[in-house]
Order: sequence, then C-alpha cells, then structure tokens
Amino acid sequence: MVDRTGTPLVELRDISIAFGGIRAVDNVTVNLFPGEVVGLLGHNGAGKSTLIKCLSGAYQKDSGQILINGQEVEINNPRDARSQNIETIYQTLALADNLDAASNLFLGRELVGAMGFVDESAMEAETRKIMGRLNPNFRKFNVPVSALSGGQRQSVAIARAVYFNAKILIMDEPTAALGPHETQMVSELIQELKAQGLGIFLIEHDIHNVMKLCDRAVVMKNGQRVGTVNVDEVTDEDILGMIILGKKPPQAV
Amino acid sequence: MTSTSQPPSLQTPPESGFGRFLRATEIDPRLLGMVGALVLICLAFELYSALVLGRPTMLLGAAQAEANGFLTPRNLWNLSVQTAYIGIMATGMVLVIITRNIDLSVGSIMGMVGMYMGLLQVEYLTPALGLGHPTIWIITVAFGIAMGALIGAFQGLMIAYLAIPSFIVTLGGLLVWRGAAFLVAGGKTIAPMDENFALIGGGSFGALGRTGSWIFGVIACVFVVLMFINGRKSRRTHGFALRPVWAETFVIGTICAVIIGATAVVNSYVWPIGNIQKYYAALGQDVPACAQKGGDIYSDVCVGFGHGFAYPVLILIAVALFMTILMTRTRFGKYVFAIGGNPEAAALSGINTRAMTVKIFTLMGGLAGIAAVIGAARQNSATNAMGNLDELYVIAAAVVGGTSLAGGVGTIYGAIIGALILTSLQTGMVLIGFGDGSYQRIVIGIALVLAVYLDILYRKRLK
Repeated sequence: MVDRTGTPLVELRDISIAFGGIRAVDNVTVNLFPGEVVGLLGHNGAGKSTLIKCLSGAYQKDSGQILINGQEVEINNPRDARSQNIETIYQTLALADNLDAASNLFLGRELVGAMGFVDESAMEAETRKIMGRLNPNFRKFNVPVSALSGGQRQSVAIARAVYFNAKILIMDEPTAALGPHETQMVSELIQELKAQGLGIFLIEHDIHNVMKLCDRAVVMKNGQRVGTVNVDEVTDEDILGMIILGKKPPQAV
Repeated sequence: MTSTSQPPSLQTPPESGFGRFLRATEIDPRLLGMVGALVLICLAFELYSALVLGRPTMLLGAAQAEANGFLTPRNLWNLSVQTAYIGIMATGMVLVIITRNIDLSVGSIMGMVGMYMGLLQVEYLTPALGLGHPTIWIITVAFGIAMGALIGAFQGLMIAYLAIPSFIVTLGGLLVWRGAAFLVAGGKTIAPMDENFALIGGGSFGALGRTGSWIFGVIACVFVVLMFINGRKSRRTHGFALRPVWAETFVIGTICAVIIGATAVVNSYVWPIGNIQKYYAALGQDVPACAQKGGDIYSDVCVGFGHGFAYPVLILIAVALFMTILMTRTRFGKYVFAIGGNPEAAALSGINTRAMTVKIFTLMGGLAGIAAVIGAARQNSATNAMGNLDELYVIAAAVVGGTSLAGGVGTIYGAIIGALILTSLQTGMVLIGFGDGSYQRIVIGIALVLAVYLDILYRKRLK
C-alpha cells in the first residue's frame, strides 16, 4: 500500500488554463505520493494532457499552484521541469527523427568532455547500458530513430525519462502504439520504478491497464475533475461511469 | 565520422563488394556522388575546350604555358578563389536550411557591408591613421564581420520572437540592404581599398606562396592522421567496433592525396611575369632572365614563385573547420539538427529554440560579413552591386551539397563541394565561351533541379 500520510511528492492546486476563451483545465487539484501511480482518465479533450503539460513545462498555467515536496515551484518551461526531476514521456514521443538513439536520449543534456565538446562515444556507451536494461534486443544505435519500429522508438523515449534519475514521471499513453509483448515490458518497468519510490502520472485509455497499474485514478471531463478514486475500492464499471457520464461513485473524493 | 547527419548504411541483403567497401570505410555514398559530379563537370569542360575549341590540354601532355583549358593550375587556382566566398556563406546557409529556414538576404548584406567598409576606410580610417596604416585592415575586417552579424541578429530576432517567416524577413532584407548599399555613397564606387586589406582578396601577393603551402599541406595531413588515430582510440575505450585497418588507411590516404595534390596544383601556378618583376623591383634587385620580357616563367628561379593557397581559400578552410567542429562536436550543432528534425521535440527537451534561431542568423550574417571582406578586397573597391544574386548561388550550393530543404539534414563539407560544383559550372561556361550569362544561368538552373531530384531518388531508395 502507498503511504499517503506524509507530504505529497507533487501537488497541483486549483490549476486552470484557457485557450482562447475555452477553459481546457478548470480548477483541477491532484496530488501524487512517492511510490504511487496515479492514472489520469477521461475522454479525448477532457484536459488530461493539458493539465500534465503544465507540470512538464510545455504549457504555463493561468492560475493555481504547483508544489513539489511541499514547496511551491515555478515551472515556466521544460528546463524548469527537468531541474525538478520531472521527466515526461509524451504521446508523440518527442523524438528528433533525424538523430540516433544516443543523441535523442541526451538531447538538451549532452555529455561533454573537458574541452566542452560533446562526447559521442560516452553517450553511446551510456545508451547501450540503459537500453541493455530496458530493451535487451535493441541493436540500432547508429541509425536515426526514424528507422526504428514503434516499440523501439518508445523504448528510446522511456530510456530518456528513466536515465536522468527522475523522481516524478509523466507518461502520456505509453502503450498506445505498442504490441502485447512491449506493453508487458512497459508494465513491468512501471512496477519497478514504483518500487524505487518514483511517483508516476499515467495517462491511459485502456481501463484494464488502469486497474492493473494504478493506485488511484483521477477522472476528468470537460476540463474539470469528476473525482478521484482508489482503484482497489471500485470496479471498472464505476470508473467507466465516471468517464462517460461524469457520475461520481460514493467512494470517490 | 560518426556524425548524426549521415544516413543509415545501406543494408540490402546481397551486399556487393562496393557496398561492403562503403560500409567498411563509412563513406557517405552521396559524398561520392557529389565528388563524381564535380569530376565529370571538370572533365566535360576540359574535353569541350580540347575537342571542340581545339585548345591544347595538359591531359595530353601540353606544356603549362600553352594549355588554356579547364584543368590548368591557373584556372583551378582561380576557381578556388572564386569558390571561397560562396563556400563560406554556404556553410552558414546549411545551418539556416537545416532548421527549416531560409536566408535570401546574404547577397545584399554583402553589398551593404562592403559599402560601409569602403566608407569607413576612405572617409574615416585613412584620414585618422594615415595611408596604409597596419591596423586599418584589422579594424575594417572586425567592423565588417560585426556589422554582418548585427544585421543577421536583427533579422533573427524578427524571425524568432515576432514569428515572421524567415522567407519574408530575409526577402525584405534582400531589398532593404541592397537599397541601403546604394544610398551609402549615392551609387558611387569607393576605391581603392587599403593595401593590406586588398591582400585578403587573393592575387599573387595575397597567397601563401610555395614553401608556406607545402608546410600547410604537410601539417594538414598530420592533422588528419592524428584525428583518425584519436577517433580509433575513443572507439576502443568504449569497446565499439573499429573500422578495418585497410579501410582506415584508405580513407586517410585519399584525404592526404587530395591535400598534397591540391598543394602541388596551386604551387605550380606561377606568378604572372609582371608581378615577379615588381617583386624584384621592390627588393631593388636585378630581374632574373626568366622574368625578363619574353622569358619563360616556368624555368629557373621563377618556378619558385608559385602562388600556393590564396588567402580567401585559407579563410574558407578555417571557416569550414570551425563550422564542422561546431556542427558535429558541440551542443549547438546537436541542437541545430534536433530543431530541424523535430522543432517541438527540441523545445520539449529544454532547448531554447528561439535563441537558437537568433544565434544561427547571427552566424549567417557574420559569415556574409566575411564574404564581404573577401569580395571587397578582391575587387579592391566597394560597389553597391557586390553580392548581387549571390544568395541564390549560396542556397543552391547548400542544396546541391545535400542539405535538405525539409530540414534536419546537411553537412558542411557537402556545402563546400556544392559551392565548388556551382563555381565550376559558372567559370567553365565562361571559359568555353558561354560567359554572357544566359547560358550560364540555364545550366546552373538545370543543375540545381537535377541535383535535388537525384537526392530525392537516393532518399527513396534508402527507405
């Protein structure tokens, strides 16, 4: 069981963001504890990705507070998020297709040698190490990632998030483009990271994955939070009811 | 040679001997294609001049003094000087195009910067410091580069922060800076330039000379060998596969042969007789027989007056080295490629893409400033028409050299070979008597479209 008595790892308080008059996220409050996986659910356009992009620095919230370990922080761009040990795996993967795995993994955080030059060999060696752990079958180190399969690309994106000792991980539909074997691999990875004490926000459509991987689920609809439930206290029917009808079961908060 | 801009190696199952050769040596097939095209162009002009025009050719053993085809030391030396300033700007254009932008203003920047440099020298520096003062050229060069960089930065700021498309900003720049160049001196030509400054443009006195060029060539070869040894060492430390020794030797050997060959060619272009006479007159010595009227400059001490590498070429080499290191070994270069490959991903990775755009256009402007220095020094004057239409040659050089207009792909060496190809076409057409401009433009236009089409075919096959 996740210990929720201490200070939350992340607290998003009353976050709002609007685009041209449309309130994409409307006063949403969510928190996340160490070693916990919180699922974010809802229809397309419910505001899940937008909410999470305020945390990853891709968007800037209009109002509300972001607290990391109880301290309020300003996250104005992806660099700020990274400096708070927040790593994100985007739905689009956000890979530069023309670069190889190592260049993508270290993009924005290249290893440099004494002269300030990028140390390609060291980067490739590190990439081989982490890929050996995450996806032992990965061999294509010297080709642009455009030449990789969906699963291989996904593992590069995951490696990038995991390599830099993230404390908070945001995963936006990490298994959407994957086959069953690779999906299983991602599930195992999530369990492993959870055991290491990371907090994970997981945006996921597949209700079975939610029931299997998440400790709590936050359901959003039309930019607002419908409710938050402990996954083991509800059935998948309850969650579907929240997503589709916006109906809050009695266990929800 | 593990540059990220290289395409994946061809892995068709029944690999031919040639395919194996390419993979072992890690030579980009497109580099071979470009070099092949360049060689073909040179041979075609030489053959035309020999067979159609009946001119003596050194390929059939004609003496250097008589040969006047394409493949003569004189023509190749001139080609190298003419390539220099286009090549310098093309290296910057590679970055601009990789990041999915374009710069149409570089020719006009050249024109305006050239005019202001002329004005600075004639109106301010010479009266203040005295004629031929040794700091005049330094101040002028620094001023020219700074002015080009400032204009580039200004355009970059508009592109990055006002989100005006680079095509529009630099199209405006093309008109504005050209107009300004005219206004600087009311359309008049400013001449002559400072004596030392004029040396930067090349010419007999603006070259490294025979001995200097040999020293330069040898140092360059040693540098190449050291670089490869270093690369091997680095691969070994991390336990990566090494290239076979024969492949490594072959690549090093080829590069060194090109360097030594180029040195021999530029060294065998002897100063014109008048310049040799000037040299001895300046020393107050008697002119040797070989440089007397009617003497044979390809004999005796006169042979020692080989031009060697011209200063503009040395500047091009320095710029190319700097830009190659910048693009392949620094974070800046990585970010340029990343922005070209996926701007959104680059931004999400914490790269300040706007600041990068400003820096890239500043660099481009600075390089246009260097080109203006060479151009003005070479003409020994500042004219408002300098650099007219050069933006198109620069863009064409980058594109012929394999830079993809879709962004994300391009190399510095490719752009320089592209510049060589375009300049060869240009000067070759003049040489065989089609120099009035119309045919020249038709040929270059066709070459550009053809080069891009071949590149598209190559990429398709790769997929």
